[in-house]
Amino acid sequence: MAKVVLPLEVARAFADGETDHEVEARDVRALVRVLDERFPGIAERLSRGTAVAVDGEIYQDWFLEEVRPHSDVRFLPAIEGG
Amino acid sequence: MAKHHVTTTINGDPAEFLCETQQTLLDCLRDELGLTGSKEGCASGDCGACSVMLDGRLVCACLVLGVEAEGATIETIEGVAQGDELHPLQKHFLEDAALQCGVCTPGFIVAAKALLEHNPNPTETEARYWLAGNLCRCTGYDKIIKAVMNAAAEMRGA
Amino acid sequence: MGNEEDIGKIIDYSGREFQYIGKRTIRPDGVDKVTGRANFGADFTVNGMIHGRVVRSPHAHAKIKKINVDKALKLDGVKAVITGKDFPEIDINDKAVGEVVVSYYDMAHNIIARDKVYYDGHAVAAVAATTPDIAEKAAKLIEVEYDVLKPVMTAARAMKKNAPVLHKHIVTAGVEPKPEKPSNVASRTEFKLGDPAAGFADADVIVEREFSTQTVHQGYIEPHACCASISADGNANVWCSSQGQFMVRAYTAKICGMETSKVKVIPAEIGGGFGGKTVVYLEPLAVMLAKKAGRPVKMVMTRDEVLRATGPTSGGTARAKIGAKKDGTIVAGELELVYEAGAYPGSPVALGCMTGFAPYDIKNVSCVGWDVLVNRPKAAAYRAPGAPVAAFGVECTLDVLAEELGMCPLELRMKNAAVEGTQAPYGVKFNRIGYKETLEAAKAHPHWSAPLGPNQGRGIASGFWFNIGGTSSAEVMVNEDGTVIVATGNPDIGGSRASMALMAAEGLGIDVARIKPLVADTESVPFSMLTGGSRVTFATGKAVIEAAQDAVNDLKRRAAKIWDVDIEQVEWENGQAVCIESTQHKPLSIAAIAAKADKTGGAISGRANINATGAGPGFGTHICDVEVDPETGYVTVLRYTAIQDVGKAIHPSYVEGQLQGGAVQGIGWALNEEYVYGEDGRLQNTGFLDYRMPVASDLPMIDTVVVEVPNPGHPYGVRGVGETPIVPPLAAVANAVSHAIGKRVTDLPLSPPRLLAVIDGK
Repeated sequence: MAKVVLPLEVARAFADGETDHEVEARDVRALVRVLDERFPGIAERLSRGTAVAVDGEIYQDWFLEEVRPHSDVRFLPAIEGG
Repeated sequence: MAKHHVTTTINGDPAEFLCETQQTLLDCLRDELGLTGSKEGCASGDCGACSVMLDGRLVCACLVLGVEAEGATIETIEGVAQGDELHPLQKHFLEDAALQCGVCTPGFIVAAKALLEHNPNPTETEARYWLAGNLCRCTGYDKIIKAVMNAAAEMRGA
Repeated sequence: MGNEEDIGKIIDYSGREFQYIGKRTIRPDGVDKVTGRANFGADFTVNGMIHGRVVRSPHAHAKIKKINVDKALKLDGVKAVITGKDFPEIDINDKAVGEVVVSYYDMAHNIIARDKVYYDGHAVAAVAATTPDIAEKAAKLIEVEYDVLKPVMTAARAMKKNAPVLHKHIVTAGVEPKPEKPSNVASRTEFKLGDPAAGFADADVIVEREFSTQTVHQGYIEPHACCASISADGNANVWCSSQGQFMVRAYTAKICGMETSKVKVIPAEIGGGFGGKTVVYLEPLAVMLAKKAGRPVKMVMTRDEVLRATGPTSGGTARAKIGAKKDGTIVAGELELVYEAGAYPGSPVALGCMTGFAPYDIKNVSCVGWDVLVNRPKAAAYRAPGAPVAAFGVECTLDVLAEELGMCPLELRMKNAAVEGTQAPYGVKFNRIGYKETLEAAKAHPHWSAPLGPNQGRGIASGFWFNIGGTSSAEVMVNEDGTVIVATGNPDIGGSRASMALMAAEGLGIDVARIKPLVADTESVPFSMLTGGSRVTFATGKAVIEAAQDAVNDLKRRAAKIWDVDIEQVEWENGQAVCIESTQHKPLSIAAIAAKADKTGGAISGRANINATGAGPGFGTHICDVEVDPETGYVTVLRYTAIQDVGKAIHPSYVEGQLQGGAVQGIGWALNEEYVYGEDGRLQNTGFLDYRMPVASDLPMIDTVVVEVPNPGHPYGVRGVGETPIVPPLAAVANAVSHAIGKRVTDLPLSPPRLLAVIDGK
């Protein structure tokens, strides 16, 4: 099971404020599908300006990034630059 | 209203242009003569990107009217290099990485050339005050000042 | 001058030797830029071109009742007038998801107002005429009737219950339960790590301070400029300076309701951007005017327009609270940021929350950010967006903590410094980073131990920036004579062509002088994300390295054909193909292989389209000495040293230049720069005379120490460089001033009147 951490605002809006979840999935897209079954609408929310960090590596626009059984998956605001 | 006919010398060559009363020398250089090396950063004499020499005086071309160039001698960035031989200031700006975006560079080179003609051996402080009329937002001035000092040393030695 | 001692120090932790990387070569675009030949945005002309001018609101907040363009249209020489009505209406929920969330609805309304204006300088109409003078006269003939509303100029005012509400459709996001009433608070963001309350309960010492900063502008010297033409079949060409030709294409096409393939963007040289040219203002107006007039239209902003209507960065407040044990171990941190977004949502407050405490290993952290709407221009990105104000709060509060603990501020930072494996406040664990190395370099630097005189003070502060990767493309084309062209899709904002050439030279093994890098238009290279986020040398560089490798593979295949050997027999060494098992084949240079390209399969090239990951974070530490005149409150910066982990300096001179330039922008932010608005909401300092950016005589030399802790995510160890240097200076300067006057300063800029009031205890 991968450990998933949601942004606080998203957790409050969709998951009764619980940020930490466990999900089994092979990539981020599949992981978000599982989350969306638990918390309907969360996939759409996580598709808007949300980056993901899988085991410390930040992906600005998540999709097919590999998730391993004990991965740490964190959704974050996308990072812009100047 | 009819345009004014202005006769000048630019970078050693005779030049004529037609301009309206309100057109600045900078507008005339850029739009009427195609000399776009002088840049407009503010149009109020604060940034120095349009620095040119007018009868041996360093001026902001945005603060001079085109008609004031009648009979005058003008030197712009386009006249600093002699053919493909760069001026020591130009060489040192390149070697010392004194430019990043490069939009302020023509103004700095024209102003620094005026400094070295006026004072071939400036102190760092003198160079900084002379060039205080030229804004650069990229470099923090460090490498510009070094390039000017290095060019001055080279020119004194030459 | 000019000897090695004057050139900043490089501390290399990689131990790797490179053939070309790290050399201080002459930049490929340099000669054009020192001779005035380089073409920037405003330098472009096209046959038949006419001139556009924007009509801007003199009011900070007003309803547009009516726009009458009849008089303007009747003026001889006027060819077209446009208002918001000429643009397609965009759905309120239409957002672009990519690098950042972009609301196309807000963008469209910001570029040209529809029913309301939200700031002094907001575009309401535009006109095109045969001369700039006629265009200006026509702009004055456009009559706009306004119903003037009360402006909301500060976040403090905007957050009050009775404040006028800017946008009726905006309710505060990030708050549960979702509010029903519209608000000027666009969103609330929160990050939390561990248990901050328990952390503070465990602390021996707790310090808390509040800080404020004002709106500041990127201050690029080149005003926005573009030229657009459109043919009868609807194909548009746009020549402009920007931080991304593909960004301009996407936004212009969207705002004008055109297909992407109908818009071609040809990048000019860019005269500075610092984030401010990551959006469009003029391009859609120029395209629409060109369409209506049937003539190419050139538009160039005045400095007044740049300051009034283009992206400043948010003014804001930062409240920082830090709890520590007696030995200096920080056990809890709290940061609350309120940033002014300007007229539309989207201040960089979330990035401020993520970056403020990032240099430190703190187990319990809480960061809350508020994005607040005010009647000022919409904030655009500015170098490390959001980070400088957050760092100002945290780094000054750390200085207070060091005083309370009786500890050296450098040692306090060293004790708590983030290292590999530290969890950042936004939850992610750092890979190999070089923050501690910058502190060690600071400690060892003669500046840190130099004596100070009366009325003088020294400040130290650190800063963090993520650095980003993203989509980049590169093509490496081998010419018939063996010279090479490297094409990428990123504007060169400060010497990136020099670094692309160096990386290609390293990959190909040929002299950098034989490589010509270029910035290609939107139809000559595949898509690249814009130049920003300190991503180009890292991400586009990575694409160049891969494309060079791809070209090498092609060159090896050709050599195998020439020699009639198996490809496995060919190796690439020092820019030549070498046959490993046979001595009868002499090595083949690129030129020799290129000369036979026709016989071996046609043109030789390499390409790479990547979405680069593995951007290594950047950390910097700055030391600043100031002297304060107690009579006038005038601050002189006496000495300044900028130290940063850059991973690997591809071209050290331009890396130093980034450190120096960023430091000086930060010094300007700290000491002089601020937007000054009147009660009526009009900007009062709309020129460089009174929007006071640092000039040469304000400054000393900016010493640099380039620390190279290689980024494992890049083949040569590169980290982004450009943004981190603007993060530490606000606090470095403020800490120095505080020590010089013996009182804590908390409000920027530290201009003489403001500082004098602090000195005099007013």
